[in-house]
Amino acid sequence: MLFIRLWMFFAGVLATLFLGWAALIGVPGVQLASVPAQPGLRPYTYEEMHGREIYMREGCVYCHTQQTRPQGFGTDQKRMWGRPSVPGDYVYDRPHLLGTSRTGPDLLNIGARQPSRDWHLAHLYNPRAVVPESIMPRFPWLFEEKTGTGPQDVPLAPGSHIVATREALDLYAYLLALNRTYPVRRAEP
Amino acid sequence: MKAPPLEQSPELVSLRRVLDESAAVPVLLFFATGVLWLLAGTVFGLLTSLKFDMPDWLAAIPALTFGRLRPAHLNAVNYGWASLAGAGCLLWLTSRLCMTPVRLRGGLIASVILWNLGVLYGTGAVLLGYGGSVEWLEYPLPAAAMIGAAFLLFAASILQTFRMRSVQHLYVSLWYTVACVVWFPFLYVAANLPIYSGVVHGAVNWWYGHNALAVWFTPIGLALAYYFIPKVIGRPIYSYYLSLLGFWSFALFYNWNGIHHLVGGPVPNWLQTISIIASVLMVIPVMAVAVNHHLTTVGHFRHLRSSPTLRFTVFGAMCYTAVSFQGSLESLRGMQEVVHFTHYTVGHAHLGVYAFLTMILFGAMYYITPRVARWNWPHPGLIKLHFWLTAGGISIYVIAMCTGGILQGYAMNESVRPFAQVIDLTRPWLIARSASGILITGGHLVFAYLFAQMLIHAGPRRETAPWEEAAA
Ligand code: HEC
Repeated sequence: MLFIRLWMFFAGVLATLFLGWAALIGVPGVQLASVPAQPGLRPYTYEEMHGREIYMREGCVYCHTQQTRPQGFGTDQKRMWGRPSVPGDYVYDRPHLLGTSRTGPDLLNIGARQPSRDWHLAHLYNPRAVVPESIMPRFPWLFEEKTGTGPQDVPLAPGSHIVATREALDLYAYLLALNRTYPVRRAEP
Repeated sequence: MKAPPLEQSPELVSLRRVLDESAAVPVLLFFATGVLWLLAGTVFGLLTSLKFDMPDWLAAIPALTFGRLRPAHLNAVNYGWASLAGAGCLLWLTSRLCMTPVRLRGGLIASVILWNLGVLYGTGAVLLGYGGSVEWLEYPLPAAAMIGAAFLLFAASILQTFRMRSVQHLYVSLWYTVACVVWFPFLYVAANLPIYSGVVHGAVNWWYGHNALAVWFTPIGLALAYYFIPKVIGRPIYSYYLSLLGFWSFALFYNWNGIHHLVGGPVPNWLQTISIIASVLMVIPVMAVAVNHHLTTVGHFRHLRSSPTLRFTVFGAMCYTAVSFQGSLESLRGMQEVVHFTHYTVGHAHLGVYAFLTMILFGAMYYITPRVARWNWPHPGLIKLHFWLTAGGISIYVIAMCTGGILQGYAMNESVRPFAQVIDLTRPWLIARSASGILITGGHLVFAYLFAQMLIHAGPRRETAPWEEAAA
């Protein structure tokens, strides 16, 4: 045994993990803990938070990122998906929803790019009715069928019996809140 | 194959029998429940894949929407199948290498039960919409706590068995085993703490996601490969010093890799850079292991034909080399610019957890199960079928996803291409992936059938008693 002593082996094993943790979490944790929210960012409202929970429940994160890349690294800038995001854009995000897959487009600024409620509701009900090539899932359970619609109801189309539930409307509110187009005011790490 | 005479001495044969008897109940429980999760996870995975090809199929059932099936698949195969089967293998291996019976067996029974309840609770929660949307950490806290507690019981048994060892020499596989049972609890607890938000949470997420491989799954695979390749071939590992270099460079570099999942994202640049450097440095441990394994095997390829254990293990060990080099390349900024966010990443992940780890687990289970169940595998033909379905399936899988992913990445980086065109471009590759999934599912059904026969001692009785032999 070339470890000389067994306790040295265990010490080495613990030290290697701790070193990695300190470098990847400890130091950036301290560096980023002091990053304040960008001045243009506001906390989510109650409805938006609820919408965010629907976003998590339905696993939108597995197909959509919420991070925009800088000029010269991919074409997020040319596709007008929004300026490169910075840590101060995410202070209210708990849990983070940065995402790792772009089976669908980045959504960090979808609220600015596509503010239409009708568009979003129709798209959530059946994406292929809006974008024929889409492979995004349908979310019909965010809607209900009603025989008579009242004034507060939000039907899919004028005269339609399919109306949005609270969940669909709050999800829309969250999508609309995905808007980090304000300028970056504070330099960030 | 004739085993060396020392290995066959009557004392050793009867000692091995005592060791295997001590391991039998817990190991078989870990294996059997692992196989059940393999089947469940396979169904989730296949459905997930088919959802890409037929998005309107089963579209009105919330529990079967893509965004819930995908995490259910990931968690069921990782915390269910790979972790349970891996834990079972490590228990048996530790007892054999320490030449002492498995200790704390009562705790192990509790561990299996708790572990399975945790995975059941967690996976059910994900399907019902209570998943956390943080990849690899979707399980609600109570489910994670159950799995964590189960892991501690398992780790206690490994460490106690290790403490009671009756050997001087600590073989390489034991280093990896002991290290990973010490590492993983720290990792799992630190990552599950509900205290993070924003970009730091992203860093914690990928520090964990990558480390689940670095400090748990890869050590399992390497411990088993280091044991079974020399064991089945009947000659010692090529170089002890290479093993040592491999182990410590692995321990040093691997757990710095995680942030390469956030290259180009809103995390500090220096952080991305050190993870990229560490990913490239992984070439050192990987070369050490690859050279060591390959030079042990070279000249003995004929055993691949007779031993299913060796066939699965060597396939897995080769894929370890492949997936590691791919990973080092993939972390570079130029490569990330194209393949990050694409199906390429999914192909890479399956080359790791499936082609490397799962294939090695199959190989190990082909060796261990007869010795603890005291019954021989019926139907050698079906074992071959299992190998070719899974090896063929995963090869198609990885090629389809990596090729499709590269095309997808280049298309996405051509800003004039509408996004709908990018979707169309990936379609045939996703269909090929579903086809590979059908092959893999077939392989798993064959394996589950064989394994069930072992448990109930069914099938034709074969003459040789494998637990009396040194080699498979
Ligand atoms: C299986 C992957 C997948 C899942 C899961 C998914 N999407 Fe999508 N999404 C896509 C694809 C592909 C597109 C591009 C085609 C389209 O517009 O439908 C898209 C487009 C979008 C768009 C339009 C983006 C743009 O720039 O025009 C929005 C908004 C959207 N998705 C929201 C969501 C929400 C909210 C969820 C969860 C409730 C979700 N998606 C779940 C794949 C997915």
